[in-house]
Amino acid sequence: MGLNFEFMQKYLPWYLDAAVLTIRIAFFGILFSLLVGAVCSMVQYYKVPVFRRIVSIYIEISRNTPLLVQLFFLYFGLPKIGVVWSAEVCAIVGLTFLGGSYMAESIRSGLESVEKSQIESAASLGMSKALTMKEVIFPQALAVSVPGICANVIFLIKETSVVSGIALADLMYVTKDLIGLYYETDEALLMLVVFYLIILLPVSVLATLLERRLRYAGFGN
Amino acid sequence: MQENVQLQVSGLKKQFGAETVLDGIDLSVHKGEVVVVLGPSGCGKSTLLRCMNGLETPTAGTIFLDGEEVTSGGKLITRLRQKIGMVFQSYDLFPHKNIMDNITLAPVKVQKRPKKEVEEQAERLLKRVGLWEKKKAYPRELSGGQKQRVAIVRALCMNPEVMLFDEITAALDPEMVREVLDVMLELAEQGMTMVIVTHEMQFARAIADRIIFLDHGHIIEDLDPESFFTNPNTQRARDFLQTFAYEKRRTNE
Repeated sequence: MGLNFEFMQKYLPWYLDAAVLTIRIAFFGILFSLLVGAVCSMVQYYKVPVFRRIVSIYIEISRNTPLLVQLFFLYFGLPKIGVVWSAEVCAIVGLTFLGGSYMAESIRSGLESVEKSQIESAASLGMSKALTMKEVIFPQALAVSVPGICANVIFLIKETSVVSGIALADLMYVTKDLIGLYYETDEALLMLVVFYLIILLPVSVLATLLERRLRYAGFGN
Repeated sequence: MQENVQLQVSGLKKQFGAETVLDGIDLSVHKGEVVVVLGPSGCGKSTLLRCMNGLETPTAGTIFLDGEEVTSGGKLITRLRQKIGMVFQSYDLFPHKNIMDNITLAPVKVQKRPKKEVEEQAERLLKRVGLWEKKKAYPRELSGGQKQRVAIVRALCMNPEVMLFDEITAALDPEMVREVLDVMLELAEQGMTMVIVTHEMQFARAIADRIIFLDHGHIIEDLDPESFFTNPNTQRARDFLQTFAYEKRRTNE
């Protein structure tokens, strides 16, 4: 089987543009997921009345509906009630909606892993709740949460492949487009895989390094 | 005597569900006094201590420190806790901070004291407990006894008026108990007001000005250590002391 390198070279710029879009959606989606996740996990950790219920409902809806369905809702559904967002905004909002719940669960498990006696010991030193969270609970929780957060990051980057469903020219979309136009299936799919690996492998390596570093920073009394 | 009262516990009751742990405790701790609380496990010793710095909210009764109510709840307790140092059985150093940062965290962030001044005080105290060279170490690198000495220094660096010790040698290997108890003896000599829960009878006898014996949530003995250990008033206390005495059972025939 001979690969058509001329074809691959010719459409490389398409893939580069698509990769930039994929990375951009993933970056903002993950960033906002972390923010949403941090807020939701705090609400659950401190058992804030009312909000706590809202957060649990959000998490259940978010985790039990496919991203593509969420995107369809945002892209095709919302305009019917007068909310029109660009496809890219829909993609970022959708990814955040999905990622927020995953991040919330990871961060919460970290927060809950911090021993109650640590909190009492901080309290007995006159530390306020906020100071205790910042100086005592959060840094320890992070070490526990990081593996989960890293797994979520990789998961969310991969999930961006779904945004082609709302006509965003990401890697998946470009690939389907080229196959449809020229039937150069092998070349198009090969480039798709290579580009995803180029994006994901460094993230994965970074995650492993981070986890190892945190493990050996080895708190543990 | 009355004007010297630093810690005043009145009619203190604490229930956990249906279980009454403390059932009407009245206790005055005077300035510079060392009170050791003894009693069988589950008698409420730790709960009494935890009420004294607001970690537990009493069901009824009041606790006053220098005329300010510890049991009032709200923001006041955060301020009052700065005057009440507490050391726990499980050390509870912050594992992600080194020894120096463990000690300086609260004085700098809570009391807003200059870092340099706090570090100087920490240096003096760490040298006194023989752990200055560990200032950059992390808690996991220290032995139990060392951790507990750091925990004492951490509490002392807040310049508390009263120190509470909750079975702080209970989790330590026997040969490490001594180094921790010596630090407490030195503190007592310097006039620190202390309330101590312990199972080290010899130590209790040596350090206490007063022994309080708790049983089923009541104070049933309140004596000077000599009287308590040689001639307690109640049978319950005699039975308790008996459990610490061993007789030679096996003889060489």
